[in-house]
Amino acid sequence: MIELKAIHKSYSTGQQQVHVLKGVDMFVAEGELVSIMGSSGSGKSTLLNIIGILDHYDSGHYRLAGTPINGLTERKAAYLRNRMIGFIFQAFNLLPFKNAMENVALPLYYMKVGRKERNRRAMEYLEMLNLTDRWNHMPNELSGGQKQRVAIARALVTQPKVILADEPTGALDSVTSQEIVEVLKNIHDLGNTIIVVTHEHEIAEQTQRQIILHDGLISSNEVDADILPIRA
Amino acid sequence: MIDIDKWQEIYLTIKQHKVRTGLTAFGVFWGIFMLVALLGAGKGLERGVMNGFGDVTNVVFFWVGNASQLPYKGLSKGRTIHYTDDDIEAIRSRIKDIDLVKDLNGLGNYGSAQYIVRGEKSGSFSVRGSHENMAPMHQVRVIKGRYINKRDIDDKRKIAIIGTRVEELLFEQNEDPIGKSLNIYGVHFQVVGVVKPRSSGDNAQRDAEVIFIPNSTLRYAFNQTDTVGTIVLRPKHGVHANIVQPQVEKLLMERHKIHPSDAGVVSSFNLQEQYDKVQGLFTGITFFSWLVAIGTIMAGAIGVGNIMLIVVKERTREIGLRKALGATPISIVVMIVQESVVLTTVAGYIGLFLGVLLLESVTMLMEKMGMGDGIFSKPEIDFGTAMVAVIVLVISGILAAALPAAKAAGVDPILALQDE
Repeated sequence: MIELKAIHKSYSTGQQQVHVLKGVDMFVAEGELVSIMGSSGSGKSTLLNIIGILDHYDSGHYRLAGTPINGLTERKAAYLRNRMIGFIFQAFNLLPFKNAMENVALPLYYMKVGRKERNRRAMEYLEMLNLTDRWNHMPNELSGGQKQRVAIARALVTQPKVILADEPTGALDSVTSQEIVEVLKNIHDLGNTIIVVTHEHEIAEQTQRQIILHDGLISSNEVDADILPIRA
Repeated sequence: MIDIDKWQEIYLTIKQHKVRTGLTAFGVFWGIFMLVALLGAGKGLERGVMNGFGDVTNVVFFWVGNASQLPYKGLSKGRTIHYTDDDIEAIRSRIKDIDLVKDLNGLGNYGSAQYIVRGEKSGSFSVRGSHENMAPMHQVRVIKGRYINKRDIDDKRKIAIIGTRVEELLFEQNEDPIGKSLNIYGVHFQVVGVVKPRSSGDNAQRDAEVIFIPNSTLRYAFNQTDTVGTIVLRPKHGVHANIVQPQVEKLLMERHKIHPSDAGVVSSFNLQEQYDKVQGLFTGITFFSWLVAIGTIMAGAIGVGNIMLIVVKERTREIGLRKALGATPISIVVMIVQESVVLTTVAGYIGLFLGVLLLESVTMLMEKMGMGDGIFSKPEIDFGTAMVAVIVLVISGILAAALPAAKAAGVDPILALQDE
């Protein structure tokens, strides 16, 4: 599903050149639930941005579901993001002036799906996340866990190839965090490919595989054999 | 544009910031309101003043001014001349481009009043000769009976057309003056019509205290057969009076042996020249109105642009999210531009509406109070001008949004979505 080969990325801040990714090789198969761990400054955000087609890389190769991602125009990148990637953020990033259903339906708007169909599909995913009775609530009327579930529904609604979750539990207490992890595991069971970026071991341990990023390179890419029976 | 969601988005954002949006929109509203009010008022003033000219805007009058000041061709100075029918014939035969040339006489000096008696009643009015179809030239219009016709002139009929003030003073309130008789210096005239001055300006009172009789009758009955008081002429259609006036002046001076530089003997009044001047003034007023209004609209649009910049800044996170979810730069630009255009257009339309409402109310009020014919009459803005104003609005809305939209399209989702 995701193939990264020798990805290099550096930023220039003023006079200095910061080499963030120093040749990352990474492979995620279809239907995998993997976590990317790393301390701050390890380059995990940059890696996630590149996987999410939000950022360019300097050299290397990246293929997403067979499509080479390289030198795209903004328009083309937006198109691929819309159809192939579902984002889940630490800060939820729901639009405050839209209700839960409208928030979930937003990516479909950019997919040019008709209004009725959009709302129908949004309701479908809200139901899947047990939020049917909250569909017309505004984000400020929802708890943190509910907000993140709305955001997950929004990530799922376009049926993307891969779901990228950037610290999805970072803003939640431990009970709610676990609840969200369970949700992620459930949707993984439905066949979705999920990449979770986190620095919490409890979260990472519940994924099939932990990719540890250290100083711009992948230092550990082991399949955690212990986790598999839990899932099954 | 028929995408309901875009409209909903705009509605939602505007609703969220009612005060801010309202204050911004007020700038544009005020610009358009001013434009409509200024142009309408200018039009009203123009209409009022132009009404004073009536339908006739190109006649030239010639009369005898001073006695001659310079000796010429063996004739001494201090000579008084007077025009005759021969002069009229000469003008008619020698000057091309003339549509009409007529003699106009009056009793006493021009504008002086004559004492007229009718039974018990009497008054002082100016008695003037006229010809058929000349009512517009005298700035009057027939409200009862008829005006002088050709037969009256040819047969030297003793008929009179009286001004409204004459009717008031010489007749009973409910009396119909038509067919009644008037005594002018011992000669009886039959009243056949009543005329009302066109304007209600300074000349109105004077024009209401007038009695018109056929010029041929006047000259015959009051011993002026050898004299023409005033020569009036009208150029052919499409010929400016300024072309004809000097030709006639030269001809008259030659015929009466006046030194070419002896100005003031052959006096004249060129109505078209006055008309042109007034028209020039109103062109200036219109230009000035547009200048002021466009300035105001631009100030309003810059206000909208400023607000849109703030909006983009405030919504950076939202725009970043939209881009992450698949919004193309174009769709972001369209979103911002559309919002700006809607804001300016709605505000401007309200300005247009209220401006027109103001003009219409003023017109209605003036009509109710019977002030329709004054120097200020029926303010109005024509449809074409209003359309231009709307186009100016839409364009200014687009221009106002250009910079904020470019900024919005350039939002980097990575930076926008970074946690604070």
